[in-house]
Amino acid sequence: MSSADPGPRVLPDLPRDADGPVFAAPWEAQAFAMTVTLHAAGHFTWTEWAEHLGAEIKAAQAAGDADRGDTYYDHWLRALEKLAAEKNLIGAPDLSERRDAWDRAARATPHGEPIVLGRELE
Amino acid sequence: MSDTHDDHGHSHGHHHSGSELSEVELRVRALESLLTEKGYLDPAALDEIIDVYENRIGPRNGARVVARAWTDPDYKSRLLEDATAAIADLGYTGRQGEHMVVRENTPEVHNMVVCTLCSCYPWPVLGLPPVWYKSAPYRSRAVIDPRGVLGEFGVTLGAGVEVRVWDSTSEMRYLVLPLRPEGTEGWSADQLADIVTRDSMIGTGIVAAPSGAKS
Repeated sequence: MSSADPGPRVLPDLPRDADGPVFAAPWEAQAFAMTVTLHAAGHFTWTEWAEHLGAEIKAAQAAGDADRGDTYYDHWLRALEKLAAEKNLIGAPDLSERRDAWDRAARATPHGEPIVLGRELE
Repeated sequence: MSDTHDDHGHSHGHHHSGSELSEVELRVRALESLLTEKGYLDPAALDEIIDVYENRIGPRNGARVVARAWTDPDYKSRLLEDATAAIADLGYTGRQGEHMVVRENTPEVHNMVVCTLCSCYPWPVLGLPPVWYKSAPYRSRAVIDPRGVLGEFGVTLGAGVEVRVWDSTSEMRYLVLPLRPEGTEGWSADQLADIVTRDSMIGTGIVAAPSGAKS
C-alpha cells in the first residue's frame, strides 16, 4: 500500500491506522464497558482477565485468525462470556437461550423500531 | 444458519419484514441483558464508561505528562522514579494506570512498548490502543525484529542506538518518554504537548519539531 516501505519484509505486515475511532462498532464498546464494570465491582482481577483474553487470542490464532487487531473485540467478547460463566455470573445454557430470544425479537421487530426482548413473531 | 440474503437483497427502498442483529450483537445483548437482570450491570453506567473512553481519555493526557517532564526537571525525576504517582499528580488516574513505569529515551537508548499476551496498555495516559498494537504481527515482531517494525513506522535509528523492548503485563504498564526535539528551546509545556504523538509514547515514533516552527 504505502510506498514508504523501506525494505523487504519476511514477516507479516503491520496493520496501520491513523488516530482512528476507539471502537469500530457499538457492540465493541458495550463489551469493553461490561468488562471494566465487572472488574471494578470485584468479580475478577485484571490478571484473570488478561489471562482469559490472552488465551482467547491464542486459540483464535490457532484456529486460523490472522489476528490483525480488527478481531480483538471478538476475542474480548468470548473471553468475557467464559469468565462470566466461570464466575457464576451467568449460566452458559442461559446465554445461548438468551441469544436466541434476542434473535427472535429482532426478526419480529419491523425495521427501524427499537428491538425489545420478548417480542415474538405472531 | 441458513443464508437467505438473496430474499431481501440490499435495497433499502422496500419494506423489510423484520430486523436483523449480527451474531456478535446477539451475544453482546444476551450477556448484557442477563448481567443486568442479575444486578451486576447498570446500563447507564456502561454508557458513562463508553463516553469516557471514546471522548475524554486519549493520548493528549500522556502528551501533557511528557511536556511537563521536558520542562520541569523535578517532575521528570519523580516521573522516572514513581510514574504512577507523578502521573496521578496531573490528575490522570484510573483503570490500567495503577502500575506505570516510564522509560526515558536518550541519544543512546530507544525504548519501545508491546504487550505480547493481550495488548495491555496504559489507558489513563494513552486512551485505548490502536488496532496495530493489538495485532499479532506487532505483538510478535516488536520482540524479534524491533528495528524492522520501527522502519515500517518510518523511524530509522543510528546503528549505535540500542533498542529496548518492554513487554507490558496486567501488572506493569510502560510509557516511553521520548527525546525532546532540537529547536524547541523556550517552548511552553502547552506548545510541546501539541507535538507529542501517541506513537512516540509507545516508542514506534519519535517527536519531530514541526518545520518552520518558531522557537
